Amino acid sequence: MTSHLALTLAQSGSQWIDFNVGLLAERFWANTVDGLAYGSIYALVALGYTLVYGVLRLINFAHSEVFVVGAFGAYFTFVGLGYKPGPTLASGLGPLIANLVLAGAVAMIAAGLIALLLERVAYRPLRRRNAPRLVFLITAIGASFAIQQGFYLWRGANPEPAIRLVRPEAVFDIAGTRITNIQIVVFVASVVLLIVADRFVGQTRLGRGIRAVAQDPDTAALMGVNKERVIMLTFVIGGALAGAAALFYVMMIPQGVLYNGGFLLGIKAFTAAVLGGIGNLRGALLGGLLLGVVENYGQTLFGGEWRDVVAFVLLIGILMVRPTGILGESLGRARV
Amino acid sequence: MSDPTPVEKGLAAEVQGMSESELAQHLEEVAEAVAPDREIQVDVGDTLLELDDVTLRFGGLVALDSVSFGIRRGEILGMIGPNGAGKTTCFNVMTGVYRPSSGEVRLEGRRLGRLKRYQITRRGIARTFQNIRLFEEMTALENVVVGTDARHKTSVVGALARLPRHWQEERAGVERAMALLEFVGIADRAADRAKNLPYGYQRRLEIARALATEPKLLCLDEPAAGFNPAEKDELMELIRRIRDDGYTVLLIEHDMRVVMGVTDRIVVLEFGKKIAEGTPAQVRDDPAVIAAYLGVPDDGAA
Repeated sequence: MTSHLALTLAQSGSQWIDFNVGLLAERFWANTVDGLAYGSIYALVALGYTLVYGVLRLINFAHSEVFVVGAFGAYFTFVGLGYKPGPTLASGLGPLIANLVLAGAVAMIAAGLIALLLERVAYRPLRRRNAPRLVFLITAIGASFAIQQGFYLWRGANPEPAIRLVRPEAVFDIAGTRITNIQIVVFVASVVLLIVADRFVGQTRLGRGIRAVAQDPDTAALMGVNKERVIMLTFVIGGALAGAAALFYVMMIPQGVLYNGGFLLGIKAFTAAVLGGIGNLRGALLGGLLLGVVENYGQTLFGGEWRDVVAFVLLIGILMVRPTGILGESLGRARV
Repeated sequence: MSDPTPVEKGLAAEVQGMSESELAQHLEEVAEAVAPDREIQVDVGDTLLELDDVTLRFGGLVALDSVSFGIRRGEILGMIGPNGAGKTTCFNVMTGVYRPSSGEVRLEGRRLGRLKRYQITRRGIARTFQNIRLFEEMTALENVVVGTDARHKTSVVGALARLPRHWQEERAGVERAMALLEFVGIADRAADRAKNLPYGYQRRLEIARALATEPKLLCLDEPAAGFNPAEKDELMELIRRIRDDGYTVLLIEHDMRVVMGVTDRIVVLEFGKKIAEGTPAQVRDDPAVIAAYLGVPDDGAA
């Protein structure tokens, strides 16, 4: 069925769609590496969706704006440190790392705080009044627009002039594919953060609280778990991870700091979370990486304008076979 | 299936290689961990928890009607009554699930008032559930550790910064949880997911989890439901051991043999009202109770 469809597309395709298998074979490793770097950013943002969903059964659509706050946080840290748009300044490795860590810290704190604020201002009052779930959902969408338009009023519709701290340089080759320093840093740092988050939820007291609330909020409260604090913590962790993702994003795509720059990325990250099984931490990791890689292959295979189509077709395809996502829905099963 | 943690492995290995005297010593340590800093007292003392004229209405329905009774420190108090008499509702008022429409609940003379559920748990009331409500995806050990977490003092910041005290508490919590699993007799399945445990184990795991919060008052909601006679005997033995370790126990139970066999006093509810209170012998001979409860055919629990 699938191969037949592909064949039809390929035969008629030259008119309206590229089907460039040769190019994919040629760029396979480049696409894989690039996809993993993008995918790890998706995964970090997806974790925020998944954590909040696990605890509150709420899709926090404003999470994409939490990411944007992180991106602006990182950007203004660059500006504050004296970096200017234009050619990359040559600077020593030590100061560069220090500046990136600082920007990351600012982005994580800013995003964590905005996520916390969102929880307090938008969601908690609803929870106090036992609002139905749909009300939460529309509130989330409303909060998303409100923050987005706030940035629009402040910064306008144009992206911030790109600031490059790091010039992409090939560090080594795999099968003739150049792997850049940025790709390595982004991928490694993301995976480290994801592992830390996974261990935190799987093995610490606070993580146990999160899982207990995710599985049965009422019983958790009766066993002494402070549910409100768990919820706050969940938003802060998710926000901070989105902040880190924002720094990596700004490193990879310096021209991407924009009032609505979180929209598509947010949807992709949400897709990644659903793909892996929303509510499941390792699912978010898996879904993010898979999505990043597959959409890169798709881009090469069909052409750039098909990138997003491939991402969402992947989602639909997997949900048809496994409606709960690849690893299934469960924050409680963080320890797989 | 999760791997056992180093502590779990260590503890299991510890018990296996022990001589009898070492085992006795170990069991003493377990007992100490189960009831830390607790004067072992079997004498019945002052009033621990008091319901004072508690009424609870749901719309037009009066679920509890001016119920007053006290639970004395160190006793096993039974609460019985026909189905729908308000026993579980009474539990829910004590643990903060419902707030009384009027009247008040006092623990050690202090009103529970508008405390949140987790705060009431930390004050010292813990419970099990009629329909088992474990954290199914967690291991048995983790379930109990969640309970011990209620007693941790390290702040969020301290835990994130991974202060040494956090790790000490973490370790102490796991060890105490393991000791509690031994106490209720299910340590051999500590590393299994709660949902994979046999029914009897799940019931006992609930008791261990409740004990882990170091309650002053342990409320058991029909713990013998679904047990065979031998298991019921074991349960009665366990309840007595819990009391002998210094806990106060409130027991809702349908099975008359269990209630009569293990409790010091009994409160009888019917239609949300207290109709009798006294020793098992007194309650058994009370005409009002016989009419309301013992007179009607038992629901087969016995």
